[in-house]
Amino acid sequence: MNDFPIIRRTDRVLVQGMTGGQGTFWTEKMIECGTKVIGGVNPKRAGTTHLGLPIYGSVAEAVKSEQVDVTLMFIPPTLAKDAALDAITSGVRGIVILTEHIPSHDVLEIFAAAAKHGTKIVGPNTAGLVTPGAGFVGIMPGHNSNIFKPGRTGVISRSGSLGTLICLNLTRAGFGQSSFIGIGGDPMIGTTTKDALVALDHDQNTDAVVMVGEIGGGMEEEAARYAAIMKKPIVAFIAGRAAPPGKRMGHAGAITAGDAGSYAGKRKALEDAGVIVVDTPRDIATALAHATKRKSAYNTA
Amino acid sequence: MILNEGDAKKLVLAPAGINLLQGEICATATQAAAAVQRLGRCVIKAQVPAGKRGKAGGIKLVATAAEAEKVAADILAMRIGDYAVQGLLVEQCAAIAKEYYAAVLHAPVERATLILFSAEGGMDIEELAATKPEAIRRFIVRTPDDFSIEDAKSMLTGLDVDIAGISDLLVKLYQRYRQTDAELVEINPLALLEDGRLVALDCKFILDDAATYRQTELAAAAASEEPTMLEAKGASQGLKFIELPGNVGILANGAGLTMTTMDVVQHLGGTPANFMEIGGDAYTKGEAALALVLANPNVKSLVVNFCGAFARTDVMAKGVADAWKVLKPDVPVFFSVHGTGEDEAVALIEEQFGVTPFDFMEDAVQAAIAVTK
Repeated sequence: MNDFPIIRRTDRVLVQGMTGGQGTFWTEKMIECGTKVIGGVNPKRAGTTHLGLPIYGSVAEAVKSEQVDVTLMFIPPTLAKDAALDAITSGVRGIVILTEHIPSHDVLEIFAAAAKHGTKIVGPNTAGLVTPGAGFVGIMPGHNSNIFKPGRTGVISRSGSLGTLICLNLTRAGFGQSSFIGIGGDPMIGTTTKDALVALDHDQNTDAVVMVGEIGGGMEEEAARYAAIMKKPIVAFIAGRAAPPGKRMGHAGAITAGDAGSYAGKRKALEDAGVIVVDTPRDIATALAHATKRKSAYNTA
Repeated sequence: MILNEGDAKKLVLAPAGINLLQGEICATATQAAAAVQRLGRCVIKAQVPAGKRGKAGGIKLVATAAEAEKVAADILAMRIGDYAVQGLLVEQCAAIAKEYYAAVLHAPVERATLILFSAEGGMDIEELAATKPEAIRRFIVRTPDDFSIEDAKSMLTGLDVDIAGISDLLVKLYQRYRQTDAELVEINPLALLEDGRLVALDCKFILDDAATYRQTELAAAAASEEPTMLEAKGASQGLKFIELPGNVGILANGAGLTMTTMDVVQHLGGTPANFMEIGGDAYTKGEAALALVLANPNVKSLVVNFCGAFARTDVMAKGVADAWKVLKPDVPVFFSVHGTGEDEAVALIEEQFGVTPFDFMEDAVQAAIAVTK
């Protein structure tokens, strides 16, 4: 049951901020895709229904009558901390925070509370989680079968748009996905590249992993230390090789200063750990085909 | 956002009662001369959000007002790193016995706060971390506001320093970091003066951009960035635009996909002309974004690379098509479009531009580079 950040068909999802424009649009897509959405939260519309689902005043109120496994937050940055703490103190085990630009000190408070209550956080600034064939939680085109197909490759990405492109390339090359884990573009996020790697390593439906990293921070380096002991093959692409140092490239996390977080440092750490690092997104499927063949030959030898 | 040293000392350190040398922030050489007249022997320091000010000649000792006027005028005319000098900090000289290092900063991998102290301050901390990592004491604060004098003392155990005095300073520094929504507050060097006082000789402060709405005083005092005219125009329209020296213009959605497009341009032998992200809520601003990319006279060809997740490619493609009609640019454009709204976007591009988008972004980039050669 407790596979978060991998989404399962049985996960019961509550949408915080469901009644807004984006909340409505994406909740409809999630339901269409098979996600078990059980209701929404909006303190001003408690007791009403929306898209045929009950609206609660808070997560605390929702859990009195419903089992909630995961909440998804469509909440503006200034209100995000209170919304996350509501979900955490209500005992929800997984929270997906889409919100970008939450003050980082609020994020630190969210993480500390989550650690205390045993809650797992994905994000902030994530595009969400997709398990093709089972559902999705977030703002990903999980309902588009040209992009996401059930399969046995796990995908980790900081970026929603790049992650989508890579899943599309994989699907066309015949590699369906066991799970897509969008971890988010902020420098400080609840589920790191390494956390996602561990989840996919333990996932019985995953045979290989595609890791889409970015310059900045130390997350790929941390993941590399775990990758070194993994048996499942890993192919990685790191975005930002052409980015000039010292400039923030949109994602707050994507900034390099000196050698810290540089493309070269990340690539070396991953390659030293046995990860295949490719130069362009198109090369991922080719590298994956080689890697899975090589590993299976190695495993049966 | 970065604060210049003088503003960081005044707005971040002083309110906590952290000792500073007597000093004044000055805008002109005349003001600096007057300050030296009052304070006596002083150090004149360039106020600029760049490191290595001393090496660049931006920090000078002066004894008299006349000397101060001359030195101040020279420093005010300098550029250090990527910046013109934005002002001066004139501080009274002091006899220094020892130099330490203290900092409080975000620790992203630990998802917590990191407190650093070293009895060997003055030098670059990255350099110290590389050459003598054992000289740096670390403490991780996992629960916000849970950093006590006892915690500070525990991290200083065994050091030949005034443990009580430095513990008190570290706790104050941590409190300011919390109160000011800082990503980093660093004092380097933190000086022990010969008269026994512990004084912040320098201060580096980075404000979390996401918290400026509740830190209006600090945000207003932030050091000026020096964007190019086009970058400033982008920022005023809520678009993240960075000019680069190449000739292949790039319009993509999402930071990750945009960086990747730049990478592929470089990998295939071309040179990117810009970073331009229209992801997130900005995806509806395709028209303004395209105008910015094309306003760069170096752009010889354009790659439009959309992959819609949250962002709708049909909305972005319409923005591009509308802008094209107004701007009528004489630049060849190469598309790759996938994801949310793809069918409508492709139909629109076929109709308006008479071309079918490339299936792979790599092919669109290759074609865009080919016409620049």
